[in-house]
Amino acid sequence: MTGAPRPATSRAPGEPLLTVRDLHVHLGRSHVLQGVDLDVEKGAVTGLLGRNGVGKTTTLKALLGLVPRTGTIRLQGVDGSIEKRPTPWVVRQGVGYVPEDREVFAGLTVEENLRLAEPMARATGVEPDYDQVHQLFGELYERRKQKAGTLSGGQQQMVALARVLLGRPRLLLVDEPTKGLSPRLVTEVAQVLERVAERTTVLLVEQNLSVVRHLVQRVVVLDAGRVVHRGEAAELLADADRTRELLGVGARRDAKADAGTARPEVTS
Amino acid sequence: MSTLLLLLATGLGLGALYFLVASGLSLIYGLMGVLNFAHGAFLSAGAYGTWWASQHLPGAGPDGAGFWLAVTFGVAVGAVLAALVELLLIRPLYRRHIEQVLVTVGLSLAAVALLQGIWGSDPIPFPRPSWTAGTVRVAGAAIPADRFLLIAAALAVLGGLLALLRYTRVGLVIRAGVENRSMVEALGIDVRRTFTLVFAVGGAAAALAGALGSVYLGSVTPQQGTSLLIFAFIVVVIGGLGSVTGSAAAAVVVGLVQQLANYYAASGVGDLSVVLLLAFVLLARPQGLSGRTA
Repeated sequence: MTGAPRPATSRAPGEPLLTVRDLHVHLGRSHVLQGVDLDVEKGAVTGLLGRNGVGKTTTLKALLGLVPRTGTIRLQGVDGSIEKRPTPWVVRQGVGYVPEDREVFAGLTVEENLRLAEPMARATGVEPDYDQVHQLFGELYERRKQKAGTLSGGQQQMVALARVLLGRPRLLLVDEPTKGLSPRLVTEVAQVLERVAERTTVLLVEQNLSVVRHLVQRVVVLDAGRVVHRGEAAELLADADRTRELLGVGARRDAKADAGTARPEVTS
Repeated sequence: MSTLLLLLATGLGLGALYFLVASGLSLIYGLMGVLNFAHGAFLSAGAYGTWWASQHLPGAGPDGAGFWLAVTFGVAVGAVLAALVELLLIRPLYRRHIEQVLVTVGLSLAAVALLQGIWGSDPIPFPRPSWTAGTVRVAGAAIPADRFLLIAAALAVLGGLLALLRYTRVGLVIRAGVENRSMVEALGIDVRRTFTLVFAVGGAAAALAGALGSVYLGSVTPQQGTSLLIFAFIVVVIGGLGSVTGSAAAAVVVGLVQQLANYYAASGVGDLSVVLLLAFVLLARPQGLSGRTA
């Protein structure tokens, strides 16, 4: 990472860009989300945390409409709630999504993967932001004719991020962007996210507490489909016992991570 | 040698016919996950539409440019029917695959019954341009000209589909959708609009198969679509679901195996050979020739 973590001092939450109330998702017989309430502060990085299988990914998918959901979802600047709207409509309101496991189109070239995202930008009245993409991911331009399926995991993550940034989203939903990456790539991805967060509101699902500590201002913790904690990220991570209780991981502060080596410190 | 050449040409012609039906089936399944058992109805619509147009449509007829006008009419009927089926029957059942199968099976049965009710179940002589009745000599073998008609049509459709997929925006969406439909939607693309187009294109190709297949067979019957559909499904599975080039390769293999087995073993062994080939491919390479999984 690029240096010291962002200051995350205690302060009142700012204006919410996204407001979620009583969000429920049923998948088959499972009641996966059981009334999730969530505010995503405009201009901030909100971390959606929790153990495996508590509903973090499902929450992101529910916000986009990729799974059937009930409840109220409001996006600033959009009249009425959006929970009954189809996924493409939600995305065209400026909601970008970087899924878990990247989900790049393996049989398409890097260039084609990016071209698919162009209508998302045009729907909001702007041209696709290739300048930002080339600035952040110079390597992708060199590999633009290469099939995305032949890229490394880190490069695929860059494609997934570049693809969504092209559409200039005002809210970015990012699901475990460092999952399965080497420590060096974790650092690179975190650096990119840090720069993205300077201009975009982010809701981040992340297991790597070094990344959380570095990027996230506010956290919402899920357990069994319900919110069990919300507050400042720094406050939670400073309390090792509470972190272990909520996340089931060690909360040892890793000085090296903050110094720039970003060693994953999640210990189950 | 001339016998083998004739068999190869006939096998290729048959394969071309299978490809015309299978290409649409494959794209529809690959993009939408819909097993379209009503695809045979599009074929029948093309065959009957062409036959009807050759009798009644001003300017159309059984020969010359009139024949091609009749075929164009038949293809348009197939495409419009396919688009309507997608809009009215498939779209309301989006992601409800069992119901989609039931609806398409029901529609295929209803289409046969409707055609029988209107024009009867006896074979109807089909308009046949005079030049298709002739033969072309290739290395001493007299190859019926209608084989070349089928092969040329299949090559044209293959080229058109590949160009659509490779060089157009909608083709890019189709290729991406075949890989991961949810992710395409998560990029803000309403993939359902593409569904209608894919259905219409698939329906048009099947209708062309209906028209040209009826030229090859010399007549049209209400069951024609259903019987060809079985082999088209086999071609789709062998070729790899969602792959146009896989379907093309599989169609050639199936057509040749069927034809050669029928001649060198016994009549009827061709169909058995194709089923055995399907079983072998499913065991050895379940993802099909193109390497794509179901």
